[in-house]
Amino acid sequence: MPPLDAKAKIALELNGEPVEVAFAPHKTLLEVLREDLGLTGTKHGCELGECGTCAVLVDARPVLSCLVLGLACAGRRVKTVEGMAEGGRLHPLQDAFAELGAAQCGYCTPAFLLAAGALLAENRRPTRDQIKQALAGNLCRCTGYIKIYEAVELAAARMRGEKAQPARETLYGYP
Amino acid sequence: MLRLPSFTYLQPSTLAEAWRMKADAGPDGAFVAGGTDLYPNMKRRQQEPKVVISLMGIPELAGCEMRDAGCVVGPCITLSELSILPSFRRSYPAVAHAAELVSTPLLRNMGTLGGNLCLDTRCNYYDQTYEWRKAIDFCMKKDGKICWVAPSSPRCWAVSSSDVAPVMVAIGAEFRLVGPKGERVMPAGRLYANDGINYLTKHPDEILAEVRLPAPDGWDAVYHKLRRRGSFDFPVLGVAAWIDWDGADIADARIVLGGVASWPQEVAEGGTTLKGTDLSDEAIARAADAAYRPAKPLDNTDFDLSWRKQMTRVYVKTALEELRERRRSTRKPS
Amino acid sequence: MATRRKTAADRPPDRLTAAFRVVGKALRKVDATAKVVGATKFADDVALPRMLYAKLLRSPHPHARILGIDPSRAAALAGVKAVLTGKDLPIPFGILPVSQDEHALAPDKVRFVGDPVAAVAAVSEETASAALDLIHVTYEPLRPVTDATDAVTHPEPRIHDYGDGGNLHKLIDLEFGDVAEGFAAADLVREDLLFFEGSTHLPMEQHAAVADWSPDGKLTLWSSTQTPHYVHRALAKVLELSPAKIRVIATPNGGGFGGKSDPFSHEIVVAKLAMLTGRPVKITLTREEVFYCHRGRHPALMWVKTGVKRDGAITAMHFKSLLDGGGYGSYGVASTYYTGALQTVTYHVPRYKFQGARAFTNKPPCGPKRGHGTPQPRFALEVHLDKIAEQLGMDPAELRLKHLVPPNSLTANWLRIGSMGLGPCIRKVVAGSGWKEKFRKLPHGKGIGLACSSYITGAGLAIYWNPMPHSGVQLKCDRGGGVTVFCGSTEIGQGSDSILAVIVAEVLGVDPFDIAIVTGDTDLTPVDLGSYSSRVTLMTGNAAIQAAERARDIIARHAARKLELPAERLAFAERRVFDVENPARGLSFADAVQLAEAAEGTVGTVGSYTPPASPGRYRGAGVGPSPAYSYSACVAEVDVDPATGIVRVPRIFIAHDVGRSINAATVMGQIEGSVYMGLGEALMEEMAYRGNRNVVHKIPSLLEYKSPTTLEMCDVVTYVVEDPDPNGPFGAKECGQGPLLPVPPAVANAVYDAVGVRIDVVPITPEKVFKALRRKAKGEEPRFGPTAFPDIPWPDPTRVPPPWEGGDGKAVPLTPGASPGLDGARIPGHAPGVRDR
Repeated sequence: MPPLDAKAKIALELNGEPVEVAFAPHKTLLEVLREDLGLTGTKHGCELGECGTCAVLVDARPVLSCLVLGLACAGRRVKTVEGMAEGGRLHPLQDAFAELGAAQCGYCTPAFLLAAGALLAENRRPTRDQIKQALAGNLCRCTGYIKIYEAVELAAARMRGEKAQPARETLYGYP
Repeated sequence: MLRLPSFTYLQPSTLAEAWRMKADAGPDGAFVAGGTDLYPNMKRRQQEPKVVISLMGIPELAGCEMRDAGCVVGPCITLSELSILPSFRRSYPAVAHAAELVSTPLLRNMGTLGGNLCLDTRCNYYDQTYEWRKAIDFCMKKDGKICWVAPSSPRCWAVSSSDVAPVMVAIGAEFRLVGPKGERVMPAGRLYANDGINYLTKHPDEILAEVRLPAPDGWDAVYHKLRRRGSFDFPVLGVAAWIDWDGADIADARIVLGGVASWPQEVAEGGTTLKGTDLSDEAIARAADAAYRPAKPLDNTDFDLSWRKQMTRVYVKTALEELRERRRSTRKPS
Repeated sequence: MATRRKTAADRPPDRLTAAFRVVGKALRKVDATAKVVGATKFADDVALPRMLYAKLLRSPHPHARILGIDPSRAAALAGVKAVLTGKDLPIPFGILPVSQDEHALAPDKVRFVGDPVAAVAAVSEETASAALDLIHVTYEPLRPVTDATDAVTHPEPRIHDYGDGGNLHKLIDLEFGDVAEGFAAADLVREDLLFFEGSTHLPMEQHAAVADWSPDGKLTLWSSTQTPHYVHRALAKVLELSPAKIRVIATPNGGGFGGKSDPFSHEIVVAKLAMLTGRPVKITLTREEVFYCHRGRHPALMWVKTGVKRDGAITAMHFKSLLDGGGYGSYGVASTYYTGALQTVTYHVPRYKFQGARAFTNKPPCGPKRGHGTPQPRFALEVHLDKIAEQLGMDPAELRLKHLVPPNSLTANWLRIGSMGLGPCIRKVVAGSGWKEKFRKLPHGKGIGLACSSYITGAGLAIYWNPMPHSGVQLKCDRGGGVTVFCGSTEIGQGSDSILAVIVAEVLGVDPFDIAIVTGDTDLTPVDLGSYSSRVTLMTGNAAIQAAERARDIIARHAARKLELPAERLAFAERRVFDVENPARGLSFADAVQLAEAAEGTVGTVGSYTPPASPGRYRGAGVGPSPAYSYSACVAEVDVDPATGIVRVPRIFIAHDVGRSINAATVMGQIEGSVYMGLGEALMEEMAYRGNRNVVHKIPSLLEYKSPTTLEMCDVVTYVVEDPDPNGPFGAKECGQGPLLPVPPAVANAVYDAVGVRIDVVPITPEKVFKALRRKAKGEEPRFGPTAFPDIPWPDPTRVPPPWEGGDGKAVPLTPGASPGLDGARIPGHAPGVRDR
């Protein structure tokens, strides 16, 4: 068994930039991101693949960073929530989540944003059911998911170039 | 945070390299594909390999090839890839459906076909952390002597919880296993043993190298899954039903249950009772009854065991009804 | 109701009727951007140089004496910096003064599988974990108590040596009027037995804490706590430090729901470890450990008996509850009172008797989960009323509407009702759901059910007795026009930081995003008691209004002088201070602040809030009073598969009387989230233990504890009803807990409508529906539910005459044979209640 302090080193593309990082070789991508790269935007809720809170994109696919070895990410493209906003401007999904209150405690939010981003990259006009299916691996205890769906739909519309605004009942309820 | 224990991670790029690494590691070595089964188990100290050998970098274990005689799928294809491949979905909808019912979209982006087929048997006395298992003085599957599900039993009753395996057994798929001493091809059902601990007949050095599916001609299959939630959850009951049609009648049929035994449980009587029928209500009821009797769920998964047993009848019935419906809709005169 | 001449006191204050610029709009939360970019620092995101990692060794026994602990091998492991056992932290603590029954590490006895016994600080979490295996503990197992009924029948061995006898922690017997007389006057008397299974909060964030000890004797603790003030007190007590030397920083909570409201072992342990090692120490619980922290919903067995007139008017109600408390007190005494407190605040109950019991059992302790002690009795009551309505041949919505508690009244148990919007709530969901066209008219397998509820907007009393305010706000105006608001409240996702910003922005006429919010830091912020019992909007809101109005007065004084106007003519809006009659005439807010600062020095103010005294003055009257009660009505649609018993809920209609929306978007989110959690409890969530296997938690994982996913969550049609309450800031009442309450009974009632079976237990799982359907098919009682309530040695009742029977809110002395009641003819079954004095 190698001693804990014998670190392995890999190079990867992280949020669009080349990065080298050294870490204990048994560490998962979750631990490497949070502890060795200081990117604490990626959260964790179980470390067993049972909640989706730790989702990040590896090669543009949302995966559970708690079950990906850091070593398996050599040469891969990793994207975390910290890489979503560009040039000081929120990604439309981030903007819509903030606008509608789709982030309550905000703990599951980074994973939802990345999973939703992967969905919109493949499907510019997802139905409500497709959104539910795509986000069925992410648990949220605060929102009941509804504001999350509405935020994804709002962001999708804006990303298609539509001047979409939230419905009145989304923000104020039914009359 | 729950963390992995320290281990050596190896990434071979050929089968030969993988075997050599496994031989060097001996019993302390384990193969891994997607890791969605092994790593949680390692975090809970259910499995404690010192050397973990990834199969994901071996090209011949990847991919999916449609041939005249069927389809050959590499076991390292992820469940997501498999379920969205248009040609595969068209030819093997039951397999694709089973694959897309596994856990969550996130997990399916990592978990592989081979991983699901070799999924460790599950039990809620076993799928617990080291500390939890210590509080019940462990169980025979790991660190202990007794099966808490059936304390007087000499065997382990952990449950086969794969969604894809029952379908593979039902449709008559074959598995090609390769090892340092050669290779063998076996019917899917032969990979499994009804024992919670030794649930695979695969030698530890062998690698599942190919999944061979029969050509999609004349037969049809479905998979129905029972679980609490529409995602995350393992099956507490899976029903794979396969029918080889001869005109309007059934030439052959198989019903295989997941989640009720330590292996995918084929209900032979359920299949034979369907033969020669046109899947009438009576035939379906007889088959459902035949499946109900041997189904033996125990108190080690979600839900009450007697209800799970009752559901066998209901789910076999709806699975067969779906097959009949599909037959009718495809045979409608144009 | 008799009309009176309007007096000045009847006129609502301006705050209730004024037009608002900011209040009531749908605004981004002030912390929303940080949350969507991943910048919010939760407790586990705190990392300090040289930080050590702590792990807790937990008991593998449900009930055992500790005969000895040998930590020497662990202490000798390379990388281990300190090991603690119970003797290092001998002072007990607990959230309630009456239940100081916890130790950071069990000194002599363990009371559940998971009870912390020892702790290690090491250079890595892996090393700390490895060290736990080297700690040798010798136990002498004792007979475990597996559930509340077991506790009743097995007083020995006792889990604690205090309480109300044997393994009963708390017994309550309260009587408000002669219920026997009330039942005698009824046309129908019905009894029901129901059970509400325990559930847990399951915040996505696992509890974490980081402690830092400075050589100057100062301790800092960052923790995912909803109650930094109470943690502050517990640390001072257990560590024997001056509170002045302790700083508790509540990091934003990644979900709380009540589960982070107790001071916890792990918080004290990291503090002690930091003191011993002189290095920062972090602990992050695993998901399994979060299940052991728990403090969630008490499993509650309930018996309810109600007498009604033919028109549904209640003549009397008798309610009994038996709670499975787990191994420690936690908030349990309050929880037990809460199972009997709010039955009276929705429909008029002229005579009421409550008997409540809490048992100690060898399981993780229960405490407050969203709705604290009230979802269980609300489930019982609303299902019970559904059955009564059917027996009377009444529409259950009509029955409820006919007998609503009037606004501005007192209840039998002396709770003061202010605004009361349940009527409009019922009408909204009835109309929106098409109730009248659907109820008892849908095809077999489809059903619709209705239930209502009410919840407190903050508790009238603090957890420990003291005459001080419940919430304090400090406010500072900057020369540049910015404002900083300091408050001890804790952001747990409910939006409390934003509430402060919106309220101060409304009063001072600035933009909410001009306001910096500093919260949850015992060094920097005035005390707020914490984010529990739905108290924060009302209490911090009122404190913030007071602070902001005081600042406005200062600023107005000097702006008025400059503008040569009376201060009363000044308005604050759009970052300006101006003449209401001639808006062009004015100053910028920043200029006005500068004038004030030049004249009087730094513009800083404080505000605070103390709830009004409760009219109830009997022992036990401390639980239930609130400055204001929110109201909810719910209609659930269900699909029940008769072949399997599987219940799906496609849609829920919910109307909630929030008094006044402060931030409309947040209100929507709280209501939808409450429906979600209620749905989970209705259908699938349960804390299951293996009583025959060492009372281990059966499923301490996110996989097997079933939290609804996107695929189970229903559509929600929300109606926000605003019936402003004079006690609320701008009239606001709570919305974060109340809307959970009616969901389980509405689903249960809908299941009955769909397939004709009564499931008198939550969660309503397919097994239970299936069994009830089989019973129905066999001609047996079409029901699944408990069948007996155990005999409990109730104490002599505390008798308190209700307001309409001449009481003064105090208990009357026990005089055998004497009834404080009135004669039968005068039983105020139809009384509209008594106007508050």
